[in-house]
Amino acid sequence: MTQKSPSLFDWKIVGPAIVDSFRKLDPRLMIKNPVMFITMVGAALTTLGIFTGAASERGFILQLAIWLWFTVLFANFAEAVAEGRGKAQAESLRKARKDTIARRLRNGREERVPAPELEKGDLVVCEAGDVIPADGDVMEGIASVDEAAITGESAPVIRESGGDRSAVTGGTRVLSDRIVIRITIEKGGGFLDRMIALVEGAQRQKTPNEIALTILLAALTFIFLLVCVTLKPFGIYSATAFSVPVLIALLVCLIPTTIGGLLSAIGIAGMDRVLQRNVIAMSGRAVEAAGDVDVLLLDKTGTITLGNRMATAFLPAPSIKIEQLADAAQLASLADETPEGRSIVVLAKDQFNLRAREVAPTHANFVPFTAQTRMSGVDFPALNGQPARSIRKGAAEAIKNYVQQAGGKFPQTVSQGVEDISRSGGTPLVVADGGEVLGVVHLKDVVKGGIKERFAHLRKMGIRTVMITGDNALTAAAIAAEAGVDDFMAQATPEQKLQRIREEQATGHLVAMTGDGTNDAPALAQADVGVAMNTGTQAAREAGNMVDLDSNPTKLIDIVEIGKQMLITRGSLTTFSIANDVAKYFAIVPAMLMATFPAIAPLNIMHLHSPTSAILSAVIFNALIIIALIPLALRGVKYTPIGALATLQRNLLIYGLGGVIIPFVGIKIIDILITSLKLI
Amino acid sequence: MHSYDWFQLGLYVALLALITKPMGLFLGRVLDANGRTWFDPVLKPLERITYRVMGVKPNVEQDWKQYTLAMLMFSLVSCVFTYAILRLQHWLPLNPQHFGPTTPDLAFNTSTSFTTNTNWQSYTGESTMSYLSQMVALVIHNFGSAATGIALAAALVRGIARHSAATLGNFWVDLVRITYYLLLPICLVFALALVSQGMIQNFKPYTTAKLLEPFTTQVQKTDDKGQPVTTNVAVTVQAPKLDANGQPVLANGAPVMLDVPKLDEKGQPVMTNMPVMIDQKIDTQTIPQGPMASQVAIKMLGTNGGGYTNANAAHPFENPTPLSNFLQILSIFAIGSGLTYYLGRMTKNQAHGWSVWSAMMILFLAGALVCWWAEAAGNPIHHQLGVAAAGGNMEGKEVRFGIFNSALFATITTDASCGAVNSMHDSFTALGGFVPLFNIQLGEIIIGGVGAGLYGMLVFVVLAVFIAGLMVGRTPEYLGKKIESYDVKMAMLALLVLAVSILGFAAWASVSKWGLDALNNSGPHGLSEILYAYSSANGNNGSAFAGLSANTPWLNTTIGLAMLIGRFLMIVPIMAMAGSLGRKKVSQASAGTFPVSGGTFVVLLLGTILLVGALNFLPALTLGPIVEHFQNHQGTLY
Repeated sequence: MTQKSPSLFDWKIVGPAIVDSFRKLDPRLMIKNPVMFITMVGAALTTLGIFTGAASERGFILQLAIWLWFTVLFANFAEAVAEGRGKAQAESLRKARKDTIARRLRNGREERVPAPELEKGDLVVCEAGDVIPADGDVMEGIASVDEAAITGESAPVIRESGGDRSAVTGGTRVLSDRIVIRITIEKGGGFLDRMIALVEGAQRQKTPNEIALTILLAALTFIFLLVCVTLKPFGIYSATAFSVPVLIALLVCLIPTTIGGLLSAIGIAGMDRVLQRNVIAMSGRAVEAAGDVDVLLLDKTGTITLGNRMATAFLPAPSIKIEQLADAAQLASLADETPEGRSIVVLAKDQFNLRAREVAPTHANFVPFTAQTRMSGVDFPALNGQPARSIRKGAAEAIKNYVQQAGGKFPQTVSQGVEDISRSGGTPLVVADGGEVLGVVHLKDVVKGGIKERFAHLRKMGIRTVMITGDNALTAAAIAAEAGVDDFMAQATPEQKLQRIREEQATGHLVAMTGDGTNDAPALAQADVGVAMNTGTQAAREAGNMVDLDSNPTKLIDIVEIGKQMLITRGSLTTFSIANDVAKYFAIVPAMLMATFPAIAPLNIMHLHSPTSAILSAVIFNALIIIALIPLALRGVKYTPIGALATLQRNLLIYGLGGVIIPFVGIKIIDILITSLKLI
Repeated sequence: MHSYDWFQLGLYVALLALITKPMGLFLGRVLDANGRTWFDPVLKPLERITYRVMGVKPNVEQDWKQYTLAMLMFSLVSCVFTYAILRLQHWLPLNPQHFGPTTPDLAFNTSTSFTTNTNWQSYTGESTMSYLSQMVALVIHNFGSAATGIALAAALVRGIARHSAATLGNFWVDLVRITYYLLLPICLVFALALVSQGMIQNFKPYTTAKLLEPFTTQVQKTDDKGQPVTTNVAVTVQAPKLDANGQPVLANGAPVMLDVPKLDEKGQPVMTNMPVMIDQKIDTQTIPQGPMASQVAIKMLGTNGGGYTNANAAHPFENPTPLSNFLQILSIFAIGSGLTYYLGRMTKNQAHGWSVWSAMMILFLAGALVCWWAEAAGNPIHHQLGVAAAGGNMEGKEVRFGIFNSALFATITTDASCGAVNSMHDSFTALGGFVPLFNIQLGEIIIGGVGAGLYGMLVFVVLAVFIAGLMVGRTPEYLGKKIESYDVKMAMLALLVLAVSILGFAAWASVSKWGLDALNNSGPHGLSEILYAYSSANGNNGSAFAGLSANTPWLNTTIGLAMLIGRFLMIVPIMAMAGSLGRKKVSQASAGTFPVSGGTFVVLLLGTILLVGALNFLPALTLGPIVEHFQNHQGTLY
């Protein structure tokens, strides 16, 4: 379940964001974004120009200064809104543990302390009704825990000491029993705290691609700064005195303010989208890397298949009626609480309308499964003229021994059926009544609905899926074919998983995997993107660089899409921003020269009203486009897996060609507006 | 724009396409230290001896720092060597005209000019340089700087093609092999072909010929000691003509101007010394001789462009026939074009090589057509006055070549950082002159200087791949190499150097006395001349817009610095990028990787070049050729 994304302009977020936009004008913060820093310096210089400039130009310079400040504020606002949304998301999660009082164990005694004061290694007690104060491992006891606060899943989950289900998350509630938990996080170092830090500007680390892009933008800014500075002497040569505010207007329009202003908002919004899907990422780098992944290692169980084998068919022995087999199989499974057993009862009911019966314990003796006998079943004593029955179901070998001991024979057709089922990747379960073999039940791993389509989707994204399973090669191949994965690893050990990841990486692939057990930790750490399940062990969660609170392995696909979206949004807005320069050039440069060289008029291809209106229109467009693109930056450019070339063509057309054309239209409209409003 | 001109343009592109593959294949052999060529029996022993004398271990490769350092050392030593010869030429042999030593600033300018493959010439070759200076001091650079450019391009291509490699080849091996196996053999054949067209190749002293039609010109009068004789005259200024009422007299709305004596504060006329001019009858002409064909072959093939004579390829000896003209422009592009094939072959993606080539060809054709069209359309003022020549603008062009071949030559020589000229770019129409200037400012990447064109273009390829790669949702990859912040930084640094140096120097010159004094034209045209000079120097082109008297200490020095910056400050970041790319692992291509070939890629690359590379210069260009173009149409000339 995903939490609902708050509407784009929720007043609760917009209000503080407006305040933050001003607070972010602090030069120490601004310097981190070279493009906007230069813009701010330009705005400040233009403001000075109001006082030093000619009286006739003051109105114009004042308006320029206002719009330049707006450009900076709009960019700050974009970042503040993105942060606000992220914080709101995290805050709702944090609320859960805000007022929690922990029952800390010190020298065998309980003391009550506020949750935020807990330190790593502390032991705390939680009983039914208590909220777990912080992330930790269950040391003692077993309890059912309601994790709905974090995962949105209403069904309680079992958490117990030892094994793979020992990890608990702060903010969840114990529903029954008593557990002792050892806190595993540093003060303030919980996943939530980390996530909150990630969406807050101050501690946000730039991702590698963001750094590269920042360099590109800073270099472009420097080049355009030089272009505008050298225009002054070129102007002196040409007997044209370019005023400082006009040169600043040209500079701000040419430097990539659109992407420069929205860059950090895009990154924050990406993290926010990850959080909305109930995934906690340890760094923005991890989310970005997810977009690059081209090999996905997926555990079969729980990801590709439903996780349990299910009975799918009854294959009776010769001369046995299928109903008879179903009836016997159902009887033998009545007391069998395993998912396989239950699925047999259900199949018999579905196919032959055989109702599950209450069989009084006095009338029947259930034989549980043991590792020695490798079969289970039920014995009925002779009663009411019915002969005694002893029904068994189990592995072919075990049943064969059983019927042969009872003096029966194992029919050839049944052997054939057993073999066929094995070859198709299923598990045969032979059912016998005394010395008579009744037939075979076909147990099968059931592939999740829709998973094949998801893999096809991944393939279009350029991602290869590898299924990992402990099954033998035969079974694995059958399931791999049914699920449509590209490759599989049968009888995989943790060492082999690690080895496989290293091999893929050595041949230039980026690997993502999901895991939950302690033995997955090395592989999770080695993988470029390791998504640990929230139900997994603490070791696994520490090793991965993301934790999925829903423990849904297919979530990885969503994360990959978010990672790609982040990059696409940055690339598209960069293209758009640079392409915009063409129109701004045609708006401003002729306007700057009109006074000295009236012959330049034909270059004013937009037929803008006057030089001042042309310059102002370009600056206003430049500021407004930032506001206009905030929704896109926060939502991200839509990603559809249509192949890289098609994606490129589509985005080049929209953001490249669009980026050339849109400002021509926009600047013209603004020019008409400000002229008719007599602003200039 | 005649049909046979179109035919020649088509033939040119077709022939270029045809030689690209064999040239690329041959480059592959030359640039492989163990590659075999037809010349092995003769040249292999020579190659071995060279290594022994130089103390080079041909099988030891260098990392990017060693490679770059070797290149810088070679350039420095050869530059100092040339400087020394130019300064000492009067004491050295092969100086039949007894030319004196060149001035320090000219020697600096010239030696850096030839070291950087620019071949900007502030001097008149036939009246300044001895045969030794021409043949040794300058020609070694024609080979050395060309081979250096090709070697650097090869090192970058190796960086792109190799997988987790620390080294990029051996500079000395590349230098020797390119010179011996590529440049020398082709030049030998090419020079013979040029001689067959009537180009001279001798060591005779200059010939003095009697003129059939003697003429008279004005020269400065000198006294017995050879000092110019001057006289004191009144300075005049222009003032509006006033009528009896003291109102300006208007003609067609503009005030009529008169020359009036300039007066100082006391009302006294201001006087100045002016040289005294006397008539001189010219009845003889000195015709330069010399080893021209061998010089011209390497000047074209190595995109050096430094002319033997001041008139360069417009001189009848340096470019005698239409065929020699065609061969020369073909040879300018030959190696650069072949290098794109080499890129494709080395990276095992031939389509990529051809895509880069196509992008270059599109820019070339666009420039050539605009320039040709502008020149064929002629001067708008002539049209307004009804005196337009039928063929278009023939000013500054050889009648032998006409408009098309002059425009084509101008486009090619500026596309390729060659800088040889067969017409005066200064006399082109505003738009026609805009094309060569724009070509240079793009960074000499349209085929470009040998090697330099490819590595300059690859900077744009890396940037295009970076921006587009983001747009498809992956960390950008260029042929499997991830483009990361370090690579972007180096690529942008290379672009930055270009912009800083061109705009910085030009802005400085345009407001300083030394810059303005050198100008022969005022207004936008003068600005074009300044922009052109520094663009040409930075782009290591070497052609001149003329109209700028560049042989002054200030200009020689600043232009010399611009050439050094444009060459070496650009190369270092590019080589750092080559080293970084070489060390990277190759990622596997998947459906998520966009192809670096095909139409979309070409469009993307062109867009990047125009938006990231060209936009920087547009505001300055607007004040130069663009405004001049519009002014011309309004009837103003400069």
